[in-house]
Amino acid sequence: METYALELIRNEKRIDGRALTQFRDIEIKENIIENAEGSAYVKLGNTQVIAGIKMGVGTPFPDTPDEGILSVNAEFTPLASPEFESGPPGENAIELARIVDRGIRESKSIEMEKLVITPGEKVLSVFIDIYIIDNQGNLLDAAALAALSALLNTRIPKLDAEGKIIRGEHEGKLPVVHKPITVSVCKVGDKLFLDPAKEEETILDAKLSIAVMEDEKICAMQKQGSKGIEFDVLEKMVDLAMEKSMELRKLVK
Amino acid sequence: MGKKSDTELIIGGIRIDKRLPDQTREIKMKVGNILSANGSAEVSFGDTTALASVHGPRQLFPRHLQESQTGILRVRYNMAPFSVDERKSPGPDRRSTELSKVIRLALEPAVFLDDYPKVTVDGFVEIIQADGSTRVTGINALSLALATAGIPMKDLVAACSVGKINGTLVVDLNGEEDNNSESDVAVAMIPNRNLVTLLQMDGMLTKEELMHLLDLAKKTCKKIYEMQREALLEKYKGEE
Amino acid sequence: MKTREIILPGDMLDERKGRKLGNGVYEKDDKVFSKFLGVPRVNENELSVIPLSGTYLPRFGDRIIGVIETVEVSGWFVDINSPYSAFLPLSEGVDEFVDLQRSELTRYYDVDDIILCKLSKVTKNKTVQASMRDFESRKLRNGVLLKVTPTKIPRIIGKEGSMIMMIKNKTACEIVTGQNGLVWIRGENKEKAIEAILTIEKESHTIGLTEKIEKMLGE
Repeated sequence: METYALELIRNEKRIDGRALTQFRDIEIKENIIENAEGSAYVKLGNTQVIAGIKMGVGTPFPDTPDEGILSVNAEFTPLASPEFESGPPGENAIELARIVDRGIRESKSIEMEKLVITPGEKVLSVFIDIYIIDNQGNLLDAAALAALSALLNTRIPKLDAEGKIIRGEHEGKLPVVHKPITVSVCKVGDKLFLDPAKEEETILDAKLSIAVMEDEKICAMQKQGSKGIEFDVLEKMVDLAMEKSMELRKLVK
Repeated sequence: MGKKSDTELIIGGIRIDKRLPDQTREIKMKVGNILSANGSAEVSFGDTTALASVHGPRQLFPRHLQESQTGILRVRYNMAPFSVDERKSPGPDRRSTELSKVIRLALEPAVFLDDYPKVTVDGFVEIIQADGSTRVTGINALSLALATAGIPMKDLVAACSVGKINGTLVVDLNGEEDNNSESDVAVAMIPNRNLVTLLQMDGMLTKEELMHLLDLAKKTCKKIYEMQREALLEKYKGEE
Repeated sequence: MKTREIILPGDMLDERKGRKLGNGVYEKDDKVFSKFLGVPRVNENELSVIPLSGTYLPRFGDRIIGVIETVEVSGWFVDINSPYSAFLPLSEGVDEFVDLQRSELTRYYDVDDIILCKLSKVTKNKTVQASMRDFESRKLRNGVLLKVTPTKIPRIIGKEGSMIMMIKNKTACEIVTGQNGLVWIRGENKEKAIEAILTIEKESHTIGLTEKIEKMLGE
């Protein structure tokens, strides 16, 4: 299957008939997990990802006493793919979580200063857990979309007099002011394509994932894949990501 | 990375450590410093020092990891507990796991692994002093270690960091600049082939700024590549 | 100290011009580049690079020195100073008929025995078979084993064996070299022989080495 996918891409075709820069159908469902403060389910082609957000109370980091805490974790659960093993997150899960984290953190999408309860002592923590349910390619873009959608629908839990969380009661939404969108641009030979399906992931030479903000600023980038990218192709990949991000952003509410 | 503050990192076009925006710190390189390894190197950029060593090619256990057609490259990036301001707990953490992966991918395109089916080449990067730009310093060192170990390579890989501080585009960020930058970018290249093997960016940049930084990185990587060559040649010419 | 020209990975040797590609080089756009830090060899027939360091990669037909690792049911695994082990099948190790019911294979070769043998098979996957069949193959008893960088063995042997003969004569030692970087030495003056060999290994890329070694052994 993989060699066939490779042949097709070289001829600018794809297994499912898509154009090189076409994304598969995307379905986003918000607030699917009752117990979470925020959540979203994303189906990108046949890839399925859930992002769940839990909020807690914590002590701020010493160098940012008046900011809340953001933590992103990803689980590549074995049920999602025969290639995922049980156990603590491997390098791919860790990498994905950290890239999603950077996209949100660097873009300053969450107004972290508004999450302070007592400066220097108590702040709100935002835990984003990305759960891969079905790996059919392009986990990163799907996960970033899920995380963003979940964030935009996250409610801040009510706190009691002692600053403890009262589960089930909320006051206001998490202040999210930007919508960074991540697009992974893939490369095979001199062909660039987007949204790799599972068979396409294993044959690609390299991938450049770019997080773009609504004002077209770039807030995160990560090259993946085992081959290098010719210097002169980089700009084209960035342009492609910027263009596509505008389209995808319309899907997120 | 920490908070991006309003720290004055550039005053009158000069950086706090007296450098110009496009100037790297003092770079030192030496090879063959670890006898127990098949190949080794030490590289420092200012106060950031990375040791790298290569064991291999060697047998790979457990057997099921063996790729029958080609060898594999494994990389472990680690920071010594005393390398940073606040003691770092020993052992891998999420950051070092990610960096181990990206460093491996930065070097993989340069190594001929199909000459060694079923075996592994193990690369180790230890940061013994950290003052910003540790991963690129590590890549420069590991590239040299691979060459001295006699691992067949297409070419050396050179790496550097570039970024934006106080609105100015700069090269080779030190720790303070890294923590307070508007953006920092890590780049690794095989300069003669114009090939980029590592590219990571965070912060906020316009596309123009990004492209400008990439050009700066390309020029700097070329300079670093020449220094790597010097370090290798010196080792073999300068004996006695 | 004068050295021979040293080339780095990625350095160009020359344009291919229809010549054969030897060890240690690769081709791109009809230009030939080095894969190693080493000494380039360019003549009108072939382009190659001798690496200054590296692990031994088994090749068919190599004469090597091995150390018996394990005794199996129908043969022995041999450590050939490489990430790849070689297998010495019973049929290739012993000439006579062996009744497996009655004989222990250790009778012929036991763990830690040193043998000089030939590599009779090396598959693409680097599955290696050794053989003791040819007349030079034998057990090397007593003596010491020295490990050097395999690519330096030709320098230790010298042009038509001149270097190794000189060392043997001047130290009255028996010396056997394996293409896999192992050198077996037996004799009273083996320290001198070892010193000479290690010096050659360290300075193989320099000019004037033969004279230096001669002087060193002269006393």
